[in-house]
Amino acid sequence: MANIRDIRRRIRSVKNTRQITKAMKMVAAAKLRRAQERALAARPYSLMITSVLRSLISRGDLVDEKTGEPKHPLLAQRPEQNILLVLVTGDRGLAGAFNSNVLKAATKFLDFFKDKNISIAAVGRKGRDYMRRRYPVATPGAETRAGRVQIVGEHLNLLGKLQYEAVEEIVERVIHAYDNAEIDSVYVIFNEFKSVISQRLIAQRILPVQEIGRREVALAEEFSLEERERMGEAARGAGISLKEPPETEDERRAKEFPAPDVDYIYEQPAEEIFRGMLPRYVVLQLFQAMLESVAAENAARMTAMDSASNNANEVIDSLTLTMYRARQAAITKEIIEIVSGAAAL
Amino acid sequence: MADTLHLQIVTPDKLLVRDDADQVQIPGKSGYLGILPGHAPLITALMLGEISYSHAGATHYFAVAWGFAEVLPDKVTILADSAERAEDIDVKRAQEAKARAEEALRQAAPDLDYDAVQYALRRAEVRLEVAARAGHTAAAH
Repeated sequence: MANIRDIRRRIRSVKNTRQITKAMKMVAAAKLRRAQERALAARPYSLMITSVLRSLISRGDLVDEKTGEPKHPLLAQRPEQNILLVLVTGDRGLAGAFNSNVLKAATKFLDFFKDKNISIAAVGRKGRDYMRRRYPVATPGAETRAGRVQIVGEHLNLLGKLQYEAVEEIVERVIHAYDNAEIDSVYVIFNEFKSVISQRLIAQRILPVQEIGRREVALAEEFSLEERERMGEAARGAGISLKEPPETEDERRAKEFPAPDVDYIYEQPAEEIFRGMLPRYVVLQLFQAMLESVAAENAARMTAMDSASNNANEVIDSLTLTMYRARQAAITKEIIEIVSGAAAL
Repeated sequence: MADTLHLQIVTPDKLLVRDDADQVQIPGKSGYLGILPGHAPLITALMLGEISYSHAGATHYFAVAWGFAEVLPDKVTILADSAERAEDIDVKRAQEAKARAEEALRQAAPDLDYDAVQYALRRAEVRLEVAARAGHTAAAH
């Protein structure tokens, strides 16, 4: 039978661990809530940009009449040979399978396009580290590629305090490379997050723009039912809603923007407005992907920490039981010794 | 005809303003526009500059970077990459940005992205001007 003092010590240590995992769970839940709020706050802008672009496109003068080709280079399809992959992972671990899920999806993506040149821009430390172990880093300005798959950029600690301007800068560089035909298409791999129980891993193509207002998904992987249930349980425990937030009044109005049957005066040609606005749409796509990834990361961390706390509870219960048994055994032994000692007299 | 305008300023971060306004001034790409209730429907791109609107005697100022505005007889909607209330502008940061841009222009390194620096300079100046409207002690000039 184990020593009572040793068991007590172990119980104390597990209790300490439980305290940490509980605290991490609360922090992750708070961060998840904040990420959801931010994603929500970005929606009116995104909806308005989308509907303005749509209405500009429907005016029809953005397509070349002779060839039927779209006039804007960001809309034009080219044969895909050089692909830029933006990989969105977390900066930190302890988030269950979150990072490895995204990386698995990335591996699948690289397999799928195995005859293409792929340049990776890693957002988040975990993805950067993983890719660096496997693929070479491209030297800036080099004539030749470092490999079929190469790393062209890394953005660490961007997600913690995600700024729209930072995403804008990244996309500016991406569009520049796209205009110079250094890359033919741009995909983002990230954890799509609609709500805690509605998540997918997707590869979304953000360039060229195919259809405004629709997420163009190249590869997608649903979460298993079990994973979803586990996530839902943890969210309920932390008081986080499982449903997608309903459409607000602002969003409904944003969708009807601009008013459909109004004959506007255009201060600038529609084409010029369109040209200024389309890059913003691409920025928004990436910005939104990152916001969702942050929400998903924190949801995964919250779930993992909830499981860890539950495990700690179980370990404590079983250790406590063992301790009681050991103590009872010691008492019984003492009584037997006293009784047999008395009997000997 | 309505005698107030319904003004909305929307940025990627949030719905910044939703308010009634007696008149709105926006920095259209082809020049500043003053908008009163009953204006003809109009769509314009915005340039770097200052948005202001007055309501019930008080005037509010905003610094805006790239944007886009839709004007209807009773409504003005502005989409902007970034828009800041005059009161919220970080004057110190704007001054630093201005100093940095001016320094870069003075040194004129051969690989200088002249347009980008000019833009940064102009942007910092606009922010300082707008901040000064809010009564900040902007010792800019």
